[in-house]
Amino acid sequence: MTTIQFETDADGIATLTIDVPGQSMNVIGAEFIADLSAAIDRITGEEAIKGAVIRSGKDSGFMGGMDLKALPAMLAPGPDGKADMASIFDKVFVLNALFRRLETRGKPIACAIEGTCIGGGFELALACHYRVVGDSSKTQLGLPEIMIGLFPGGGGSQRLPRITGVQTALIYMLQGKLFRPAEAAMLKVVDAVVPQGSATDAAKAWVKANPDSSIQPWDRKDFKFPGGAGGFNPAFIQTFIGAVPMTMKQTQRTMNAPIALLSAVYEGAQLPFDRAIRIESKYFAKVVSHPQARNMIRTLFVNKQAAERGARRPKGEPKAPTTKLAMLGAGMMGAGIATVSAQAGIDVVLLDRDMASAEKGKAHAESVLSKRLGKGMTPEKLAATLARITPTTDFADLAGADFVIEAVFEDRAIKAEATQKTEAVLGADTIFGSNTSTLPITGLAQAWSKAENFIGVHFFSPVEKMPLVEIIVGEKTGPEAIAKALDFVAQIKKTPIVVHDSRGFYTSRCFGTYVQEGAELVAEGVTPALIENAGKQLGMPVGPLAVSDEVSIELGYKVMKAAKADLGDAYKHQASDDVMAKMVELGRLGRKNGKGYYDYPEDGKKLLWPGLTGEFPPAATQPSVDDVRERLLYRQLIECARCFEEGVLATPEDGDVGAVFGWGFAPSTGGPFSHMDTVGITHIVKTLDRLAQTHGDRFAPTQQLRDMAARGVLFYDEAVQKAA
Amino acid sequence: MEAFIYDAVRTPRGRGKKDGSLHDITPIQLATQMLEAVRDRTAINTADVDDVILGCVTPVGEQGAVIGRAAVLNADYAETTAGMQINRFCASGLEAVNLAAAKVISGEADFAIGGGVESMSRVPMGSDGGALAMDPAVNWKTYFAPQGIGADLIATKFGFSRTDVDAYAVESQKRAAHAWGEGRFARSVVPVKDVIGLIALDHDEHMRPDADMQSLGALKPAFTGIGEDMPGFDAVALLKYPEIERINHVHHAGNSSGIVDGAAAILIGNKAMGEKYGLKPRARIKAMASIGSEPTIMLTGPEFVAGKLLKKSGMAKTDIDLWELNEAFAAVVLRYMQALDLDHADVNVNGGAIAMGHPLGATGAMILGIALEELERSGKGTALVNLCIGAGMGTGAIIERV
Repeated sequence: MTTIQFETDADGIATLTIDVPGQSMNVIGAEFIADLSAAIDRITGEEAIKGAVIRSGKDSGFMGGMDLKALPAMLAPGPDGKADMASIFDKVFVLNALFRRLETRGKPIACAIEGTCIGGGFELALACHYRVVGDSSKTQLGLPEIMIGLFPGGGGSQRLPRITGVQTALIYMLQGKLFRPAEAAMLKVVDAVVPQGSATDAAKAWVKANPDSSIQPWDRKDFKFPGGAGGFNPAFIQTFIGAVPMTMKQTQRTMNAPIALLSAVYEGAQLPFDRAIRIESKYFAKVVSHPQARNMIRTLFVNKQAAERGARRPKGEPKAPTTKLAMLGAGMMGAGIATVSAQAGIDVVLLDRDMASAEKGKAHAESVLSKRLGKGMTPEKLAATLARITPTTDFADLAGADFVIEAVFEDRAIKAEATQKTEAVLGADTIFGSNTSTLPITGLAQAWSKAENFIGVHFFSPVEKMPLVEIIVGEKTGPEAIAKALDFVAQIKKTPIVVHDSRGFYTSRCFGTYVQEGAELVAEGVTPALIENAGKQLGMPVGPLAVSDEVSIELGYKVMKAAKADLGDAYKHQASDDVMAKMVELGRLGRKNGKGYYDYPEDGKKLLWPGLTGEFPPAATQPSVDDVRERLLYRQLIECARCFEEGVLATPEDGDVGAVFGWGFAPSTGGPFSHMDTVGITHIVKTLDRLAQTHGDRFAPTQQLRDMAARGVLFYDEAVQKAA
Repeated sequence: MEAFIYDAVRTPRGRGKKDGSLHDITPIQLATQMLEAVRDRTAINTADVDDVILGCVTPVGEQGAVIGRAAVLNADYAETTAGMQINRFCASGLEAVNLAAAKVISGEADFAIGGGVESMSRVPMGSDGGALAMDPAVNWKTYFAPQGIGADLIATKFGFSRTDVDAYAVESQKRAAHAWGEGRFARSVVPVKDVIGLIALDHDEHMRPDADMQSLGALKPAFTGIGEDMPGFDAVALLKYPEIERINHVHHAGNSSGIVDGAAAILIGNKAMGEKYGLKPRARIKAMASIGSEPTIMLTGPEFVAGKLLKKSGMAKTDIDLWELNEAFAAVVLRYMQALDLDHADVNVNGGAIAMGHPLGATGAMILGIALEELERSGKGTALVNLCIGAGMGTGAIIERV
């Protein structure tokens, strides 16, 4: 056994200490499954063993879930190249069968949980007869599989409802919501909470005291499903009648896992346990064998984590954590960056042109952080965090800073002035990051004597909530700057992508096309509601007009005008330009001034501005929602493909992680590049050709896409990545 | 062979609540008394009745286990009379009549009774569960939303305001009150008796003749909560109807069909049976049809059934003198009139379920009887009877006086 240390004490209590080698957190892989199986045999076979305790040998926590990197092997297609459902079921059912065996050996098994216990690890715990958890504010338990396109497939969808009742179990599993120890105890998801570090002793004591407690509640003859279950139980019925529309509303039907989970629970709850876990495995096999699961896992979990762990960090650069940040500009972005930096323990000098603005920036941090009081934030911690932020108007106060982020007004002259004044204090060896969202980095870098130390660090608003930071490498930016910026992003616990310089970089540029295509549709007289609903049905968080209002129509208009001025005759006029111009002319600038594509009544929900159809009369023939959705999707896809071809993106991983976490690109797809790979490049090119013919050149496929289609390669093919 | 209507009876409709006059009358009693009335009014030998088909939408508990056969036995019909229960949701009562007629037309039956029963105060609507709503996979596949959401969606999509639907409801109440005042239901309504033979109810007690725009205007829309908030059925509807920004919730208890208790029975027979007993056929069943329609908006089936009926019978819209459509929700009737370009003066002339109530399994047979009686009263010839149905269906029939 390599993953489990097996010891038996004088009382005949076996201790299984899980310590999967080469992993920072225990995960379930083939070796662990074999080892646990062997351990179950020993517990069963050796008469001297009265019961067992399962614990973790790692400080990082009890256990995470499945080793998701091993998943593709599970899905190896059959000889005909298609998914072989029988073999997928068999592979999927292994874990269910294993856990089932654990709980039916006639010997009591207790689980000692210290720290993180989620996914498959929590399912293992649920298959034990007793769960005791060491109390710690960091300890979280639960089944968050839904967040990455899966659902609990190791018996969790069957055991949790049999403990908490169907409704509670669904709330947690559908939202991927985790339990805190006290919460878990209240819901009887764990049997006891003990002081941190004493779970193993408590578990042993329980086994010793309860030698006969080796039958799970659901295996007892007198088992009553908590809250009831079955087609004649009104509460059970109502739970599902309510859960399905809620899920439809939240997912707009883009996700496979939530409805599969609902069916697995609905059907499984009405069956004896041994048949229930088979139903779970069948639905799990369906979900896991769909490309959606692979795409979501790859982007939302594997590549997100890889990015956070420095996948794009230049090799050989020494660690360069920031200790003191010079934050130029205390507006919304500057204040937000100051807040998250201070939270990460970084001292921040928050500079603005006048003291009132700088102070306002700090006040923002206080207002944001005090909302977390009681939710892990203490008054002492709050005071200490705020004390790290020093508002000022004096560049001299920047002295000693080892990293600079500039978030002053989006104007080249103003930025250049701030840049030079900073260099005068800190010298050009310090790494300088600009949080510009629109101005090319290479140009801005001219204001810093050493352009190799100048880099783009593009945050999203609101900084406290948005997970992504887009690192922009200018023409001359060097590896040291990239390492410094990535280390900083890691410190503030955000997800980085690394892109190359371009107008709008990657995220703003591609996100902009979603907004622009929305305006194009308005110009053509497509019903505004249809445009918005199509955007939502695509899996975008909100429709293009709503998001346009949020970021401000005026901003889009200004960006468009700046591009026009810069590009001159090369600028291609779009119908969306006229829509934005009209809206600005009408004073409908967006949410900020209370009117844009929408009206924002003070006492009610926002509603599409009725006057919009007066300005842009509805066309006599309306497109189908599928047509609108296709345009909104492909307009983004083609821009992403252009970014790849132009070298703005070096990897599809950056493109997918950036799209999903940057502008909320349909998470169900795993990102634009995963989506293009999944539907096939040939199909993408064909569709783009058709769209270009009907709607204009903006849809025209790139040469690289045509080549890829001809050669039958995908974005995630290594060959393409190396060539790029 | 042709199928003729020889008799039509219905109970008065009792409020479907604990204080309703029929709450202490079991559903089997309601059905039994209707079968007894048919037998006694026509003086037929029940051995000539081959089958009794009763519609019932919630056939569980005391309405379960083939209430049609239970009623046959309980009403002392000949042992040889078969019985069955069918369910086509809100059109069950009419579908039962259509089936009875089909049996006569095919020669399977000489006499057959179609009708229905529903004690909504005793067996609550929905207590039979069902895959459509409760099985997540089916719910998901069919974009399930309750009828009220469909009705509000009809109002939104086809442009009926709160004022429009309330005005329709006020008119329904007026017409029903007027019809009762003139005794227009006298021939078909059979008072319900209790276990010691006393009259429990002899009139439709759900009516609110004094309802006006002001009193209805004070009622809050019934489906805003489940539509917009929890669990949010509007979002489901908008997935199917993405051209709509927001559903305008206009329906409430005052402009929707009332929850009531009741039963009805229609005696269908061939020509020879009429001659045998000296019964004059009151009308011919000219055409029958059912259809499926888009299930999320759910309640637009009737316009398509009407088209199917006219086509099948070779009749034109102008050949129909009287239009009867179950008033499930005001917008359903408003949409029907809009789609077929009907004059409200020819539609539901004696009011409908908004005023008098909708005992689910029985209504279809009740409104067929009401249309028949109205044709006789007004001297008109043809009526098209129609109901919208859950899960997106419609069932209708054309009758013609002989």
